[in-house]
Amino acid sequence: MDIPELEQRAQAMRADIVKMIAEAGSGHPGGSLSCIDVLAALYLGGVMAYDPADPHMAGRDRFVLAKGHAAPALYTVLAHAGFFPRGELMTLRKLGSRLQGHPDSKLCPGVEVSTGSLGQGLSIAAGTACGLRLDGNDARVFALLGDGECQEGQVWEAAMFSAHQKLGHLVAIIDNNELQIDGCIHEVCDPGDLGARFAAFGWSVTTADGHDLAALIDALSAAKADSSPQPKLVVARTVKGKGVPFMENQAGWHGKAPDAAQLQEALAALGAAQ
Amino acid sequence: MMRLATEEEKAQRRATRAAFGPTLAELAAEGVPVVAVDADLTGSTTTAKFAAASPENASRLFNCGIAEQNMVDVAAGLSLTGKVAFTGSFAVFGTGRAYDQIRNTVCYAGLDVKICPTHAGISVGPDGGTHQMLEDVSLMRSLPGMRVLVPADYASARGALRLAAATPGPVYVRMGRANVPAVYGEGVELELGGSCVLREGPDVTLIANGIEVDEALKAADLLAAEGIAAEVIDAYSVKPLDEESIITSLAKTGCAVVAEEHSVHGGLGSAVAEAAARLHPAPLAFVGMDDRFGKSGEFEELLAFFAMDAAAIADAAKMVMEKRA
Repeated sequence: MDIPELEQRAQAMRADIVKMIAEAGSGHPGGSLSCIDVLAALYLGGVMAYDPADPHMAGRDRFVLAKGHAAPALYTVLAHAGFFPRGELMTLRKLGSRLQGHPDSKLCPGVEVSTGSLGQGLSIAAGTACGLRLDGNDARVFALLGDGECQEGQVWEAAMFSAHQKLGHLVAIIDNNELQIDGCIHEVCDPGDLGARFAAFGWSVTTADGHDLAALIDALSAAKADSSPQPKLVVARTVKGKGVPFMENQAGWHGKAPDAAQLQEALAALGAAQ
Repeated sequence: MMRLATEEEKAQRRATRAAFGPTLAELAAEGVPVVAVDADLTGSTTTAKFAAASPENASRLFNCGIAEQNMVDVAAGLSLTGKVAFTGSFAVFGTGRAYDQIRNTVCYAGLDVKICPTHAGISVGPDGGTHQMLEDVSLMRSLPGMRVLVPADYASARGALRLAAATPGPVYVRMGRANVPAVYGEGVELELGGSCVLREGPDVTLIANGIEVDEALKAADLLAAEGIAAEVIDAYSVKPLDEESIITSLAKTGCAVVAEEHSVHGGLGSAVAEAAARLHPAPLAFVGMDDRFGKSGEFEELLAFFAMDAAAIADAAKMVMEKRA
């Protein structure tokens, strides 16, 4: 998929995200819209190796959605990647659905591990990286964290462990949208310069515009190809609610579904009016 | 399969934790894809003995430093690559500090992680109340999908660890620091949802697990001296519980004492009471820690101080027999 095509696909995925959350009546649009370009780059931009027909393929790259509340973004990219039908997205959060409010690996194809409790994903990814290394499997492990999530102490336990274990095949990505439920991350409880802090823990850190698909593909591919022993971090500078103007940079859209009129406004902004 | 310890074996006191590292090494040698993840306590938990058994094992022990939350989720990640992952640490940290990790990652996703901390209960001794974990069985028992095993001695700890490895999904194995007498001979095999009737008697049932099994056997001796024939059951599998054996015994004796080195809230006593309430209501008495924390002291002193020794079990038995209709 070339970049213009990928950009179009990302817009279509944004429309799916707001539609599925509106249909569910609840969910997390802000952080789903901020990270969908990262997921598009990973899954549709040729960064990650995987096979939707064989979700457990031995050589696949692994992905852990540490910020599990962005489940709508993960489900959408998995549907677009062919893990399950796109129509199933509209079952989000409903009784009997494989698409639980937070990702459930027992139910949903393509979800490597259940997440939802913040702070745990990087540790799970690190453990997975340890296991792959024991097997002589050179697949990469990607983990997508929220910036607010980095207030959890366990993230730093995992950061220390990963550098100590020289998990060079682990790539963390921070969805750096600067907002959390209660407001700006720097005002709620300042996690500081996250790139600098990870670097101080021994990580190799790069930064990319989290909505520039070409830049994201470059940064993520470079992190994947880098065989140095340091774990890699890509700080993706993002905008919460990106693509839907009334949601952009609004902490209030962290965990709220649009109503019918708001949905139409969102879809119009995304060029996907119904 | 089930042989009781000889007098000579009983005299060789060993801690349940001493079985941990050696049993993991044994499983690895048999080809089980074992990994161990610990948190700066590899000597105390004996996971260091697993690592010392071979260079291959050494690469399969991950020391997370003092970071129990990371420890559990690293084990979860390892299990995602097909490993049978055992976590260490002390019971107070390995369950309480990492409860959310055990709940939301290990149990929610049904991962092949075995939570096997050591130093449970008051038998930790002088380290005192902060380190004497008395709520872990309650915490683990309430988690969907978690199986809970509380072995009585070295041989059954080995059996419990082997059973955990052979059981897909999350299993909790509770081990202790103190050297305790053998109850079983070497090679004992445990069953999920199993128990062991160690002594038969028609007058009262004594149900115990962990180090309280030996106390229950001593209590049966005390009762025998007073002409009371007690039945003693080792209920090492708290979840699933061997309801059939327990209810069969309760139907025979009409009353029971449940003894555990744990809070009386939520542990084996609660599990037995839940089963009895549904299947065969009968007077029960509970020997364990009341609604309080432990304190510093030597193991044997603490058992007496907190009324969790053989004498306390024998007293409870006589009391509960009086309540029987």
